[in-house]
Amino acid sequence: MMDESRRGFIGKAFGAVAAVGGVASLIAMKKTWDPLPSVMSAGFTTVDVSGLEANKLDIVVWRGKPVFILKYTEDMKPTDGRSVKVGDHYYAVMIGLCTHLGCIPGYEEDKKLFKCACHGGEYSPDGVNTFGPPPRPLDIPPFKIDGTTLVLGDEGPEYKKMTAKA
Amino acid sequence: MAKFKKADSMLEWFDQRLGVVNFAKVMMTEYWIPKNINFLWAMGVLLTMLFTMLLVSGIFLLMYYKPDVNMAFDSVNYTIMQEVAYGWLFRHIHAVGASVVFLIIYIHMFTGIYYGSYKKGREMIWISGMLLFMLFSAEGFSGYMLPWGQMSYWAAYVITEIFGGIPFIGDDLVVWIRGNFYVADATLTRFFMLHVLLIPLAILGAIVFHFYSLRFPHVNNEKGEFFDYEAESEKYLAGDKKGSKVIPFWPVFLSKDVFVMGVFLIFFFYLVFFHYSFAMDPINFDKANGLKTPAHIYPEWYFLWSYEVLRGWFFEIAGISGKSLGLMAFGFANVIFLVIPWLDRSPTVKPANQRPFFKYWFWILMVDLMVLTEFGKLPPTGPNAWVGFGASLTFLVLFLSLPFITKMEAKKAGRK
Ligand code: FES
Repeated sequence: MMDESRRGFIGKAFGAVAAVGGVASLIAMKKTWDPLPSVMSAGFTTVDVSGLEANKLDIVVWRGKPVFILKYTEDMKPTDGRSVKVGDHYYAVMIGLCTHLGCIPGYEEDKKLFKCACHGGEYSPDGVNTFGPPPRPLDIPPFKIDGTTLVLGDEGPEYKKMTAKA
Repeated sequence: MAKFKKADSMLEWFDQRLGVVNFAKVMMTEYWIPKNINFLWAMGVLLTMLFTMLLVSGIFLLMYYKPDVNMAFDSVNYTIMQEVAYGWLFRHIHAVGASVVFLIIYIHMFTGIYYGSYKKGREMIWISGMLLFMLFSAEGFSGYMLPWGQMSYWAAYVITEIFGGIPFIGDDLVVWIRGNFYVADATLTRFFMLHVLLIPLAILGAIVFHFYSLRFPHVNNEKGEFFDYEAESEKYLAGDKKGSKVIPFWPVFLSKDVFVMGVFLIFFFYLVFFHYSFAMDPINFDKANGLKTPAHIYPEWYFLWSYEVLRGWFFEIAGISGKSLGLMAFGFANVIFLVIPWLDRSPTVKPANQRPFFKYWFWILMVDLMVLTEFGKLPPTGPNAWVGFGASLTFLVLFLSLPFITKMEAKKAGRK
């Protein structure tokens, strides 16, 4: 009897040690696979938007992703919660990756729409999905306005206001 | 320690230490195979051979390939293709092999479905086989990314993006898998690791398991006949080779397999030398560019059917977005074959042509898969989108109706 319970105890103790070790190694493995700190802190991108031409798409790279900046023409209506006023003009700022499967849509200036060639998705100039499989409007990257420059990667008051609305 | 006598021959020396005589009996000379099976049963041996060829050609490519975003493209397209003597040969064997292996897997798999080889007693063979299919898919996908061409890059981009559709953790999961916010160097190196080490290891294990699971229920045959393997093999060993319904795997059965292998190799090397380009997408000869999507993205031919199931849903139904519907259908398509032994509720093991309803089911499935494959490659606009939707829906309906169809069949057979 005595022996049985000793064995049982040793078994349980071993099981507990193994479980702790197992969980600890899983955590280590998960963290090893995590993006590196240098990747996570990949800096900010600044763009001076004052020189842009209206209705011409400008693409800048932020964290390896294309970011669309589109200056509105006089007759294009700014949308609440999606367009930013920098200086006297309105702009659309959004991540240029289709919300369907991540292709880069092209901008058709004459029709004033974004078209994603991959599966035929379409977006209005302010990035709202109007046709096809994309499930939601183009995402807006965190930004801050500093005079006529746009700082991508920093959450300014305008950005906070936008996300609060959504 | 056991007693060791002085051995009279090399065979005996090894036999005393490793039991090679018994091993050879169990694995080969007394591993019994039914007589009434056709060439479709040779696909297993073909797959073993193809896997070996992929492994060997892969090892040679590995000596020159560089898993680094700045060097990967040139190491493949310049170093291996131009500088290394016969580098092109190993690349073409590897690329053509990767494509053809799926053709043979599909034949193997649908042979199993046609003859009911997944039924009671053989479930583990079926499950381990489907596991192998999934591992091969992962292996194919991770390898496709390595040359760092445009199609490689965007295929990796789109496939990793799919995980973003998982509720709550999706976005973080995508970054975690990629090791960056976009498909980058970290993504390439980890996929390289998966492709050359982890997945091949898992495949080797699964192959061993697949073969092992075959030893107990034994291989099915053309008529779905049940044999008493013990009695039949005794007949054979007693000398009644004609009367016995089984033959030993080695050397009798394998001689037939070797013939099929010979024919297959002629076809294979014809492709390698004269038609290798079918396994190489022209877009992949442009270096990866994260800021320019190719106009039209599609996977290799063997993934087209499930790709079409994924994108066939382009409008929302009952408030669920087309994207989510597509993801759900895609998930369904990828696991549903696994549970076929439980969806087919008719207990009879017979080839499809002798089953009153199942035969239609089987051939409709074949046609549907071909339609999906065909339209998976076409741009999904206009009427194509609707054909894709119809075929995706048919796929789901086919599998959902299988339990009822086979139940009806079982009832009908019971009445007779
Ligand atoms: S990725 Fe844009 S429509 Fe599918």
